[in-house]
Amino acid sequence: MSTHTPSSTAGTRETTEGTVYTVTGGDWDEVVESAAKADDERIVVNMGPQHPSTHGVLRLILEIEGETVTEARCGIGYLHTGIEKNLEYRTWTQGTTFVTRMDYLTPFFNETAYCLAVEKLLGIEDQVPDRASVIRVLLMELNRLSSHLVCVATGGMELGSTTIMIYGFRDRELVLDVFELITGLRMNHAYIRPGGLAQDLPPGAVDQIRELVKKMRKNLTEYDKLATGNPIFKGRMQDIGYLDLAGCMALGATGPILRSAGLPHDLRKAQPYCGYETYDFDVPTADTCDSYGRFLIRLEEMRQSLRIIEQCLDRLAPGPVMVGDKKIAWPAQLALGPDGLGNSLDHIKTIMGTSMEALIHHFKLVTEGFRVPPGQAYAAVESPKGELGVHVVSDGGTRPFRVHFRDPSFTNLQTMAAMCEGGQVADVIVAVASIDPVMGGVDR
Amino acid sequence: MSDAKATGDAGKGGGKGSDEGVNPEKDLSATNLPGQRGDQGEEIRVQRGMFGADNGGDTSGYGGLVRSIRLPGPSSRPYGGWFDEVADELEGALEEQGLLPENAIDRTVVDRGELTFHIEREHLVRVARTLRDDPALRFELCTGVSGVHYPGDKGRELHAVYHLRSITHNRLIRLEVSAPDADPHIPSLVSVYPTNDWHEREAYDFFGIVFDGHPALTRIMMPDDWQGFPQRKDYPLGGIPVEYKGAQIPAPDQRRSYS
Repeated sequence: MSTHTPSSTAGTRETTEGTVYTVTGGDWDEVVESAAKADDERIVVNMGPQHPSTHGVLRLILEIEGETVTEARCGIGYLHTGIEKNLEYRTWTQGTTFVTRMDYLTPFFNETAYCLAVEKLLGIEDQVPDRASVIRVLLMELNRLSSHLVCVATGGMELGSTTIMIYGFRDRELVLDVFELITGLRMNHAYIRPGGLAQDLPPGAVDQIRELVKKMRKNLTEYDKLATGNPIFKGRMQDIGYLDLAGCMALGATGPILRSAGLPHDLRKAQPYCGYETYDFDVPTADTCDSYGRFLIRLEEMRQSLRIIEQCLDRLAPGPVMVGDKKIAWPAQLALGPDGLGNSLDHIKTIMGTSMEALIHHFKLVTEGFRVPPGQAYAAVESPKGELGVHVVSDGGTRPFRVHFRDPSFTNLQTMAAMCEGGQVADVIVAVASIDPVMGGVDR
Repeated sequence: MSDAKATGDAGKGGGKGSDEGVNPEKDLSATNLPGQRGDQGEEIRVQRGMFGADNGGDTSGYGGLVRSIRLPGPSSRPYGGWFDEVADELEGALEEQGLLPENAIDRTVVDRGELTFHIEREHLVRVARTLRDDPALRFELCTGVSGVHYPGDKGRELHAVYHLRSITHNRLIRLEVSAPDADPHIPSLVSVYPTNDWHEREAYDFFGIVFDGHPALTRIMMPDDWQGFPQRKDYPLGGIPVEYKGAQIPAPDQRRSYS
């Protein structure tokens, strides 16, 4: 025990390994003493951050009496990687490679939200080609499938139903195969760029997506057969993780949590972006306010996503996938070579051999990037987890001055205490699974 | 701020080759420089040179270049669309509470189709409560707070930016509050929007903005014993200098850059 007077900041002490900070709170000693004196049956359980059913490095601090949770708190920050700070030292285009890693289960939503915000700052929202917007919607809806599948799969696993887990990851794999075909990567794509897309769909993509839709239609019924009417499943999920509409609004919960309270709020309908107002789809809701309702909503949203994907495929018309403004559009023409994906030889031949100006332009745009007029903008998309908002500030330079992601996982995770306190320990797992937090998004 | 721009000396002293650079307050009028917004807008910084290096590393000849960085300034009526309606309702509701709107709302900015109210920090809670409760406003959902650090914006370096969404009326507005580095206090909105609990902890963690009235303002992302506020612009990036053939590559914020 240190002898110096307690202060609100950390005290330091030199050791052979370097400086060691000791956290001392103003009343920490009193808290410890009174906890030691109390003779009730109160137990504090520390769940996580390394625990298979806490969805990544989420730490739950549960105070329990018998089997009842009396207080629940989250400890987060174990996956904080400083992405927002990092973005301030990259160009606007390089930013997509960072934001895609935030909520790693919804990369296309992160990229689209970021690009919509940058495009708003640039004032080029109207110039983004139709084909680029359709492909963005297509990829986002495919991504909604894969994200919801992970949620359903891991949620099932945490209930002890490993079959649902196998099903979910089996179907997600089909979606990831399509992602790999289109972008070259299963995750962390950086495919959507400010102004459009990195490149067009490869040959065969449309056919494979049609195949996927057909297969997924068939597979989605298996979840209904296995889980929806299953009495054990219902017994574990119904009335668990209860949060009504007032609670959702106060705590800022959006997405399936809000819709399970009966409010059909979906940014795709309320504040459409990427042309969502022209697609035909429904916003499913439930009035149960519980985990079971959220499960049903996710299943139905996957079916609606399939509907949107089919509409996207039908309206894919040939055309450019990047804005015409050569001061913004990435000049490279990518092609597959023997050593992987890179600039196409034709493009290199043109800029190296025939046009000095094109070479300079290419070099400037790739190394320096484009400038974005000073100001700030907010763009929001409906990610599978709720409102994903991006606040970007530019000071007129080639790098973002500030980028802030309002990740729905971060905000929704705050509802954990309201959902779990007063319930059973085993139900904490169900409630947290129904929130569907992804720590990459929570901690950024 | 903008009256500091002298008008008579336009064009005097191009800056190139001058040893000390150019004093923008004295030698140049802002209007004849590229990329300027003239006197409009709110100056947040004066940038010198072209490559962001202020330790003498810029040998390009552009060292004397001076640019003032300006964010969009206050707008005047009409704001357009439903913006006027919201502004009228807010001003009316504040007046009803005996608060002069011009005392609470520092300025109103309309830019890129978005409405921003800059609020004096001492009135933030009341303005937010009004925005939430007034039936004609009904901004029920707060999407959290985003901190921004403008080290060049003297006296109001730290900004807290709130986005409020009205599901009833399907609208989105932005509130912006500022505080000086020397007194980084902003009232907490947790009593109005409980969702801001973690968001304010995050803004405190990264920017050192102290949200007065927050129930437990502790660090949320960084370790409890972390010192300093990492997302402030003056927070040193550190990093390990990379040595290549005897030369050291500095941390990213010390390097030359195009910004």
